[in-house]
Amino acid sequence: MEDIFQNNPNKKLILLGNEAIVRGALEAGVNFVSTYPGTPASEIGNLFFEISQKKKWSGYFEFSTNEKVALEAGIGASFSGLKTLVAMKNFGLNVCLDALFPFVYTGVKGPAVIIVADDPSCHSSAQSEENSRFIAEAANIPVLEPSDPQECKDFVKLGFQLSEKYKIPIIIRTTTRVAHQKMPVILGKIQNQNSKIQKGKFIKDVKRFVTLPPRVLEMKKELLEKIEKIKIFSEQSKINFVHNSKLLTRNSKLGIITSGVGYLYVIEALQELNLSIPVLKLGFFYPLPKEKIKNFISRASRQRGEARDESPALSDQNLKKVLIVEELEPYLEKEVTRIAKEVNCKLEIFGKNLISEVGELKPEIVTSAIAKFTNKKYKLQIRNLKFKIPKRLPRLCPGCPYWLVISAIKKATEGKEVIFGGEIGCYMLFGTPAVNLQDYLSCMGSSVGIAHGIKKATGQKIISFIGDSSFFHAGIPALINTVFNKSNPLIIILENQTTAMTGHQPHPGAPATPDGIKIENIVSACGVKNLKIIDQINQEGLINIIKEFLEKDEVSVIIARHPCIFVAKK
Amino acid sequence: MSNNLDQFNIVIVGTGGQGQITLLQILAEAASLEGYDVRTSELHGLSQRGGSVEVHIRFGRKTYSPMVAKGKADLILALEEQEALKGIYYANSKTNFLINKYIIPISLTKPLSEKEISDNLKKITKKVIIIPATEICKEKLGTEVVAGIYLISFAAFKNLIPLKSESIQKTIKKIIPEKYLELNLKTFNLARP
Repeated sequence: MEDIFQNNPNKKLILLGNEAIVRGALEAGVNFVSTYPGTPASEIGNLFFEISQKKKWSGYFEFSTNEKVALEAGIGASFSGLKTLVAMKNFGLNVCLDALFPFVYTGVKGPAVIIVADDPSCHSSAQSEENSRFIAEAANIPVLEPSDPQECKDFVKLGFQLSEKYKIPIIIRTTTRVAHQKMPVILGKIQNQNSKIQKGKFIKDVKRFVTLPPRVLEMKKELLEKIEKIKIFSEQSKINFVHNSKLLTRNSKLGIITSGVGYLYVIEALQELNLSIPVLKLGFFYPLPKEKIKNFISRASRQRGEARDESPALSDQNLKKVLIVEELEPYLEKEVTRIAKEVNCKLEIFGKNLISEVGELKPEIVTSAIAKFTNKKYKLQIRNLKFKIPKRLPRLCPGCPYWLVISAIKKATEGKEVIFGGEIGCYMLFGTPAVNLQDYLSCMGSSVGIAHGIKKATGQKIISFIGDSSFFHAGIPALINTVFNKSNPLIIILENQTTAMTGHQPHPGAPATPDGIKIENIVSACGVKNLKIIDQINQEGLINIIKEFLEKDEVSVIIARHPCIFVAKK
Repeated sequence: MSNNLDQFNIVIVGTGGQGQITLLQILAEAASLEGYDVRTSELHGLSQRGGSVEVHIRFGRKTYSPMVAKGKADLILALEEQEALKGIYYANSKTNFLINKYIIPISLTKPLSEKEISDNLKKITKKVIIIPATEICKEKLGTEVVAGIYLISFAAFKNLIPLKSESIQKTIKKIIPEKYLELNLKTFNLARP
């Protein structure tokens, strides 16, 4: 395997999008990296973990307890002047929003880039098909969208430059097909490799780091001014460009606007349909280069400065139709609709009428949309085999210790009506038909929080599952709530001593981490009286304790302690 | 650039844990070695836990999309027989199917017979090859983990992939960790006709 950390500028190396992000951060000279694992962003943390373990890099890396804490750690590092990267999946962004909004107000001291990975089609994401683009306008944070690994690397470096220049954190938003795409990437030079760990310094500056009214409103004003400046940068930036730009000057009547992985599908679709249409590819999602979009859809705007009259001759040369190729919700389409009202109100805008808001883009979806848009014939073969291809669902690994929890629960609850609370981790697979032990599933930590609500609302019997990493991530406040507000679910903490589903990253618990935190100490400290630690290999013991705890009037906790087979192997 | 191939599309189907990502790496590096522009797409995480997993490898003069479009695969490699049916989405009448004669049962479902699988595939394309890669590897090498390597090596020797078998061999040396290299090279040679 070739070393992706080799310092060999101009060499081409086949990299995964996430590897290219790591490479970009190293080439930018990143000092501080924090993350909580989540697919499709996990490899970013894994690689930084690897190089910091092997001491191939002088920076600081940590797996934080959750994404909010990861971002807060990053904020502290940035306030102390370090070049900082924080990585997470889409739902992690939701967890850290409380810390993100004020960070955009205070701005950065050391430049900060935040990677957010969306998962259209929910390949590895249970709870919703989230489109993290919403955060751009909500928090006024610049968002860049790479299409491929080369852009992943380049945009991370650009993100650090922008962050440094405008003193604002930058989000790089990827999607599964970008983060898990491979292509040859041209390497640059890795900065500060093998140098001593760079220490930051926190220099007190109340005006800058304390968000309190009335200062906070001044900060908002300053933030909006920064965004105005970045808009100007975005207008001139080469990452927003027109493919087939010559056609634009030849007065093409049709145009396509796209971003992210959609761009790659558009180029190939045009080749396949043998079409020449100008394509505006946007690397900036926010702030959008509005003038560039105006110039793309309106000839009059393009010629502004030369002949500024809105003569019929000129508007005849405007684009007649534009197709927006974007994944999930129509953010770009709405913006283009708004812009078109100003400069080309007759423009026909196509987008979500041809491409679904649900599910990821695929090459054939884009080709078919472009064919309809241009009235070209494109027939997708429909194959009616009259044969049902069997569905193979993911399942727990053979030998997984969770199987023993499943069998004990089945026996202990036989003939009883019990609700089973699901949670994010491998044990989501308790929901597969063969196991059928999952009556609700939401987000990290929620199996316990929701169990409390159901208990209060109904008094029905509930067993809620939570893994050790999820317990540290978001389960503890929910457990405290059951004690504080007095409800009595049975919580089974599945302690497999790793963060298994995302690739066996360590977490704060013992013995996953030597001298780590003992979960039972936390549970006891929360005031839980009914607590049992048991290895599920002891089936009879586990069955008995489940039966006993299900009848308790106060919350009870079983810690089912047995390492994941991959941990045991190590 | 060894020839003027426009584009070659491979989809590898199988179940999580059958080594698709390693095979993808080998093929991508081999294509790159021969001067092609290459893009791939893979999935990680939950989908890997024993569920159906497909990965895509595309190479040619200039490649943009990491995903093979519906009906556009030139070669579909199936590491498990039932999973071969998932390849139908990407197949056309000229597509080659190269299938490992190996069944991993699906829980609560009766496994499909080889005839059922092959009959259905043949409604799309006549070019369906089923070889007992797992069995051969088990018998000759004492382990079945290299069945995928056998399959891609076989494909290269039989010209089902427009890449030289030496390129596959070279990239096996590049990708596979020292510890397992000998086993993998033996597998490669085993597939030699």
